[in-house]
Amino acid sequence: MRYEVADSVAGAASLLAGEAGQSYVLAGGTDLLVQLRAGMISPDLVVDIKGLDETRTISESGGAYTIGAAVAGAELGEHDTLGTVWPGVTEGAELIGSTQIQGRASMGGNLCNASPAADAVPALIAADATCTIIGPDGTREAAVADIPTGPGSNSLGKGEFVVSINLPSRPANSSDAYLRMIPRTEMDIAIVGAAVNLTLDDDGTCTAAKIVLGAVAPTAIDVPAAADALIGTKLDDDALAAAAAAASAAANPISDKRGTVEYRIKVAGVLTKRAAKIAYDRARKGSAS
Amino acid sequence: MTYDLDNLKIVGTRPIRPDGVDKVTGRANFGADFKMPGQLIGKVLRSPHAHARIISIDTSKAKALTGVKAVIVGEDMIDIAHELSQTGETAIDVHDLSLNVLARGKVLYDGHALAAVAATTAKIADEALALIDVQYEVLPHVIDVDEAMKPDAPVLHDDMFTKGLDETPTTPSNIASRMEMGLGDVEEGFKHADIIIERSYKTKAVHQGYIEPHAVVANFAEDGTAFVWCSSQGHFTVRDLCAKLLGMDSSAIRVIPAEIGGGFGGKTTVYIEPLAIAMSKLAGRPVKMTMTRAEVFRATGPTPATSMDVKIGVTNDGKIVAADCEFRFHAGAFAGSPVGAACMAGLTPYALENARVVGYDVVSNTCKSGAYRAPGAPNGAFAVESAMDELAQMLKMDPIEFRHINAAEEGTKAIYGPTFKQIGCKDVLVATREHPHYKSNLGPNQGRGIASGFWFNVGGQSNAAVNVHEDGTVTVVEGSPDIGGTRAAMAMMAAEVLGIEYERVQVVVADTASIAHNDGTGGSRVTFATGIAVTNAAEDVVLQLRTRAAADMGIDVEDVVWQDGSAQATKGDAKSMSLADIAAKAARTGGIIVGRSSINARGAGPSFATHICDVEVDPETGYIEILRYTTVQDVGKAIHPSYVEGQMQGGAVQGIGWALNEEYFYNEDGLLENPGFLDYRMPVASDLPMIDTVLVEVANPNHPFGVRGVGEAPLVPPLAAVVNAIYDATGVRMTELPVTPIKMLAALDAYKEAAE
Ligand SMILES: Cc1cc2nc3c(=O)[nH]c(=O)nc-3n(C[C@H](O)[C@H](O)[C@H](O)COP(=O)(O)OP(=O)(O)OC[C@H]3O[C@@H](n4cnc5c(N)ncnc54)[C@H](O)[C@@H]3O)c2cc1C
Repeated sequence: MRYEVADSVAGAASLLAGEAGQSYVLAGGTDLLVQLRAGMISPDLVVDIKGLDETRTISESGGAYTIGAAVAGAELGEHDTLGTVWPGVTEGAELIGSTQIQGRASMGGNLCNASPAADAVPALIAADATCTIIGPDGTREAAVADIPTGPGSNSLGKGEFVVSINLPSRPANSSDAYLRMIPRTEMDIAIVGAAVNLTLDDDGTCTAAKIVLGAVAPTAIDVPAAADALIGTKLDDDALAAAAAAASAAANPISDKRGTVEYRIKVAGVLTKRAAKIAYDRARKGSAS
Repeated sequence: MTYDLDNLKIVGTRPIRPDGVDKVTGRANFGADFKMPGQLIGKVLRSPHAHARIISIDTSKAKALTGVKAVIVGEDMIDIAHELSQTGETAIDVHDLSLNVLARGKVLYDGHALAAVAATTAKIADEALALIDVQYEVLPHVIDVDEAMKPDAPVLHDDMFTKGLDETPTTPSNIASRMEMGLGDVEEGFKHADIIIERSYKTKAVHQGYIEPHAVVANFAEDGTAFVWCSSQGHFTVRDLCAKLLGMDSSAIRVIPAEIGGGFGGKTTVYIEPLAIAMSKLAGRPVKMTMTRAEVFRATGPTPATSMDVKIGVTNDGKIVAADCEFRFHAGAFAGSPVGAACMAGLTPYALENARVVGYDVVSNTCKSGAYRAPGAPNGAFAVESAMDELAQMLKMDPIEFRHINAAEEGTKAIYGPTFKQIGCKDVLVATREHPHYKSNLGPNQGRGIASGFWFNVGGQSNAAVNVHEDGTVTVVEGSPDIGGTRAAMAMMAAEVLGIEYERVQVVVADTASIAHNDGTGGSRVTFATGIAVTNAAEDVVLQLRTRAAADMGIDVEDVVWQDGSAQATKGDAKSMSLADIAAKAARTGGIIVGRSSINARGAGPSFATHICDVEVDPETGYIEILRYTTVQDVGKAIHPSYVEGQMQGGAVQGIGWALNEEYFYNEDGLLENPGFLDYRMPVASDLPMIDTVLVEVANPNHPFGVRGVGEAPLVPPLAAVVNAIYDATGVRMTELPVTPIKMLAALDAYKEAAE
């Protein structure tokens, strides 16, 4: 196995493209190294992208954010404004692992590793986030939602990798939230995750919503029916119950050692309702200040 | 000698433990930290099946691989007859142990070792394992204990005929033995009951979860002796078991006790140690072996899954008139679960006239169960204390009051034979009732549970030497691996007896060639038994110090007392002599001063504990949060209170994990699905509040400083305390552990549906 430290984004892409065998990007390594040691993967080449400005900085322009794909969870959490504008996206990334894992784990790694239970992904999809991808044929943009294609597989081509994740600027009175269910308080894998992104008008009526569930299907799923149940309401109990029911109906989980189908379906609704309430309160608070 | 426990200078204080700095700075050497020049790396090939006949093992390709220096299979081991080897708290059948170390004929569980290799690198060893060709005939398997007892269950051992029945059966089964014990007349007792409760309970296998995987370096020399470095709870046990398995003399094996990163009962036997010695002999080079975490889960000794029935009858005024229990414990692939201890401990917090407990020891296709803190008692207490809680509800009686009415006390005859002397069972209940926690308020979806527990504690063989150096400092040489801060406790007791500062005493846990046999660190015995040996040895030193001083002063030894660290004449005007004064002259007055003691300690005082647990149950997700937790325990005299509190907190935390999330999760093929800390869910620090401790000190009359064992009782009550709190919060009685959020939510939904 060869280990290379990339000195530029383009250099990393050509190293990856030039390898005839299995090549992998190394960001925080909190998935990659675990898989390597467990014998699940045997790379011929590993390209470390942590040393690059493009993958390690967070920048803001006109309300839109560009987040380097290898920025660690702890860095996201410490950013001045990101956590206020996108609290749901930030909390999704920040609850990965533990303090130690947070020093390394990135959103890019979480996305490209393509676990159905990846915690950073639902809120990014709910935010309509895109990513900038570089590869042998240059740079392209893609929706975050289009990256994972199934457990452990993604849509990136040979030699391609994610340079940054981009969050759009957002209207006033908007906020988001992410909740997950784990049997413990950290160091665990979501049995169910739910992200809710909302925009309200000045009286607190919801004008736009997006709801995305994790761990209840091979990839995170967008549930427009749940969002529709909230749009035009002030998230009264009936609207929340309808959204919860829609989320449960859309969930298509499996039973495994971590949870049953019945549990995941039910709790998908519960977390949707709770995350929606949190996002709503945050959006209202934002408008009051 | 006994001491005035109200006038002690060092015992009862909280000095820093001697091994503390090394451990927090990473300098301490654990099992895997040791290396030898030229060492090989050993690895084990393990069964991928729950139950299979081994048709053939072809190791020729592995042996031919460059860098491979030794390969062994079961056939290379010597045959040993069934024989129980006493290891202190438990007995181990060396025939079964040999088959567990390397399978012959059949593999009996997922992870069962069947070959081992030693090679120049780990990578080559892995490649060699992959080159070993094993042909299996996969057999039907059985995991669940109740299933394993059925007449049509797949039988693991053709030579297992249930012991303990009136007539030994002629067909083999998975029931290794049946046992029964009792008091009075149970049938008669139930006739006087106003309320009778009958319930069944189940628990899953759980692992001790020690942070340090098993690791060993062995070097077999040309003269037929072996040097072994490993961490264990008993290096003498490791030596003796390896000697038996390999047909060696005990004196030919020298085991060095490494620092130990947790054991909790799980490091009281051997797995890879004999393999490392055997392969070192074949290769003529040292062999190092380290288990992976997955190997630890798949192939060491968790505590067993159990299935239990409890029937208790009470009168309307809360007096228990009869109790009848049946405990079925799976032992794993070989006989020897802790069901006997469960039978003896389950009902023991109570003074009963009529009681019966029947136990079954059952084998099934899982790794051989091992000891885990108070082996068997937490399971039994889960069943009994859950039923007791329900009875208190039915009687509309405070659960502590109900227990207090029935509590064991001095003079109570326990079901396992003895009549109790001074015990703290009632004192603990009273202290629990008086604790502010018990009187605090609860909010919505919150509940409180209490449960009690008992553990025997053991004594056993210990010996120690106290060496006085010329400069007046002292070294205590003992042979009990230090898991819970016992070196500190030994130094404190020695310093107390000698009347010198704690800092002047060093404690060494010596290897098997440097001190005589000590039983292992288990059964909460070390501060008790080794503590007596150290105290005796220090007293032996005091006598010698007085004798030397008397000679120096020219008076009789009877006229010299030892006080405040110096010899003082009670007659005449001779100047007192300090330990340092006498030590400085020792070479000229008869040679270096060494105190010794070798004992088989009896009279370990039993320990009783009661815990209070508050939970909040999320009605929509089934998530259970532990809000507050208090442990109250009769600890005898706490030599070092911080380490006693640590034992109580640790026990509570392990019990909470067992109650809520920990379990061996087997799939349909009988393979373990969660051999790692991600899906074997022990509590993490952020899951729990600070565990409160209340030390009730009822001195044990059989120890010079009143010590009782404290390490195991705290793991007995938590299972039921948690489940009783869940009941209080939700009205739902959970009878199967673990109570995961998934199980909890399903039960809450079923309860709501039934109510509608
Ligand atoms: C103890 C522990 C706890 C954990 N807890 C959680 C948790 O709570 N929630 C959760 O979702 N996950 C959890 N994880 C998994 C892991 O930490 C996360 O998925 C993390 O976000 C991965 O990021 P990374 O930077 O470490 O990725 P890496 O391990 O570096 O990479 C992961 C994969 O993505 C690829 N990759 C990385 N970056 C890129 C890129 N920019 N472009 C293309 N491919 C890329 C790599 O080649 C690799 O295949 C945990 C892991 C551990 C070890």
